[in-house]
Amino acid sequence: MSTMSENAGKVSAPVTESVAATQLRRLSAWRAFEIVLWVAAFAAIFLLPSHMLVLTEIAIVALFAISLDLILGYAGIVSLGHGAFFGLGAYAAGIFAKHIYAEPVTGLFVAAAASGIFGFATSFLVLRGSDLTRLMTTLGIALMLAEVANQMAWLTGGADGLSGVMVGPILGLFEFDLWGKTGYIYCLFVLFILTCLARRLVNAPFGLSLKAIKGNPVRAAMVGVPSRRRIVAIYTVAAVYAGIAGALLTHTTSFVSIDVLAFHRSADVLLVLVLGGVGYLYGGIIGAIVFTLLRDWLSVITPQYWMFWIGLVLVIIVVVGRENLGRWHTFLPNSLQERLARVVNWRLGMKLRGEQ
Amino acid sequence: MTAALETRHLVKRFGGFLAADDVSLSVEQGARHALIGPNGAGKTTLINLFTGALKPTSGSVLLDGEDITGLPVEQRVKRGLARTFQVNQLFREFTPLESVVLAVNERKELGGSAWRPLVAHGEAVDEAAALLERFKLSDVMDERTSMLPYGRQRLLEIALAFASKPRVLLLDEPAAGVPEDERHEVLNIVRDLPEDVTVILIEHDMELVFSFADRISVLVSGALFTEGTVTKVSADPRVKAIYLGEDA
Ligand SMILES: Nc1ncnc2c1ncn2[C@@H]1O[C@H](COP(=O)(O)OP(=O)(O)OP(=O)(O)O)[C@@H](O)[C@H]1O
Ligand SMILES: [Mg+2]
Repeated sequence: MSTMSENAGKVSAPVTESVAATQLRRLSAWRAFEIVLWVAAFAAIFLLPSHMLVLTEIAIVALFAISLDLILGYAGIVSLGHGAFFGLGAYAAGIFAKHIYAEPVTGLFVAAAASGIFGFATSFLVLRGSDLTRLMTTLGIALMLAEVANQMAWLTGGADGLSGVMVGPILGLFEFDLWGKTGYIYCLFVLFILTCLARRLVNAPFGLSLKAIKGNPVRAAMVGVPSRRRIVAIYTVAAVYAGIAGALLTHTTSFVSIDVLAFHRSADVLLVLVLGGVGYLYGGIIGAIVFTLLRDWLSVITPQYWMFWIGLVLVIIVVVGRENLGRWHTFLPNSLQERLARVVNWRLGMKLRGEQ
Repeated sequence: MTAALETRHLVKRFGGFLAADDVSLSVEQGARHALIGPNGAGKTTLINLFTGALKPTSGSVLLDGEDITGLPVEQRVKRGLARTFQVNQLFREFTPLESVVLAVNERKELGGSAWRPLVAHGEAVDEAAALLERFKLSDVMDERTSMLPYGRQRLLEIALAFASKPRVLLLDEPAAGVPEDERHEVLNIVRDLPEDVTVILIEHDMELVFSFADRISVLVSGALFTEGTVTKVSADPRVKAIYLGEDA
């Protein structure tokens, strides 16, 4: 990965680099937890061969949640209809594979384009207005799209779903297997690449301007940030990401259910992101892991009402606040606290002055 | 010579309330122009009309002779109009460094670049560092803005406005709320602003106004009450009456 080697190469960077540059470099440096997370995700290919399906599901949900984080966590745009882009991507990939070309990577691009165009077109509807109007607008768009898919049964299969989707080998080389191993590797690669791209985007001046729009729109305008253009851009990118997540679902299941456009997709992804935390890109991944494992675990011990417990966790997180929950470490002895902080905040790259 | 900033018959109504009443004002290039008036006179409203935060009910605003009345805020900034706010408008979650880098990036049209990290845009970083130095914020550049003492936050307000290299700088009570012992730092910064930048200052401290400005406009109930040189306005008994009657 280029970012990684680029940063690693600069460990011995000029000693004369300004303090300002060093501090900014730290913002985009890879952190310990990121590296651990990716190593674990790739190691799972070999270590957890019997859990490929659930891991695949986590990867897809994670990508979908990252996509929501780009607009919610960075630009501050709330959405209750993000599932529209997911569903559109899923259908685009399914219809393309069924009627035109079965190779999945090509299908990803098609799905990305379809969702991207739809995202661009609808972005103009979320430019203005309060959170409530945005929630209602996005919800309304998603509901309309679901109904359109339902009515266009000749193309989408309607309520029965789109079946008979034959997905070919990836790049003509790798066949999907019965255990889902190829599927997981495929999804993981896509997730990794898109996360790295999103990382670049949010760490670049573009990402800073998004955070500025979210943080204080009045001042953002007053330092010259063209908010409307930036929001259109990130909304389109987020739609592309969601569309690709939907396409991954189609490719790994060879089927598109009308359920991809259901309201609960949009609600779940919001829940996943809030579980994992907004505004740092990894909230989507961590939320997807927590949500999926919690659901699987709870539905074994309390099959009838696992949603109750998910709901309880959600309420606790929102009411108590993540910062307060995250303060459990203040009960540890001081020396241990310091060490812990050092490990968590450890970054690839150079050290700051006065920091040993 | 065309005026740096000019307004023609500017009117702003909030419902039935007249907050700007036919204001025609002209500020020369490089001027130090003070805008004074009692609380609620409409000084901040006027600034909001200059910058585009508010749209006028009627009338027009000209920057360097060009009509900018229809332009959105960020395009006026690009044309060289910047302001500070009476009540801090900062990026509370950002560090001063990030805030200033943002402002410099936007001025350099780098804000849309989505590939290379902030640090890779070296010129912008160096410029931001120099600005922080100039505004005495270097030592706190890596702290969260919301944690800074109020005086420092006021300096950052000015630094952010200054980062967009304005030709006309609007300062809305820059020292408001700053504790006495930090005040002089803010005022020194205001005094040391480069001469070629046109400065419009709103301030209630008459001593400061008289020492800083070369021209003064007095605003009362949304309308221009009088305008002139410092000597003229400071000697005007009606101005004294307004200030003694309503503000002192
Ligand atoms: N958005 C608004 N809607 C309605 N009325 C407003 C609005 N903004 C300002 N006003 C009113 O316009 C009048 C002028 O307000 P403004 O803030 O411009 O005064 P000011 O001269 O800056 O006063 P101060 O010295 O207290 O800052 C006030 O009476 C205020 O209540
Ligand atoms: Mg005011």
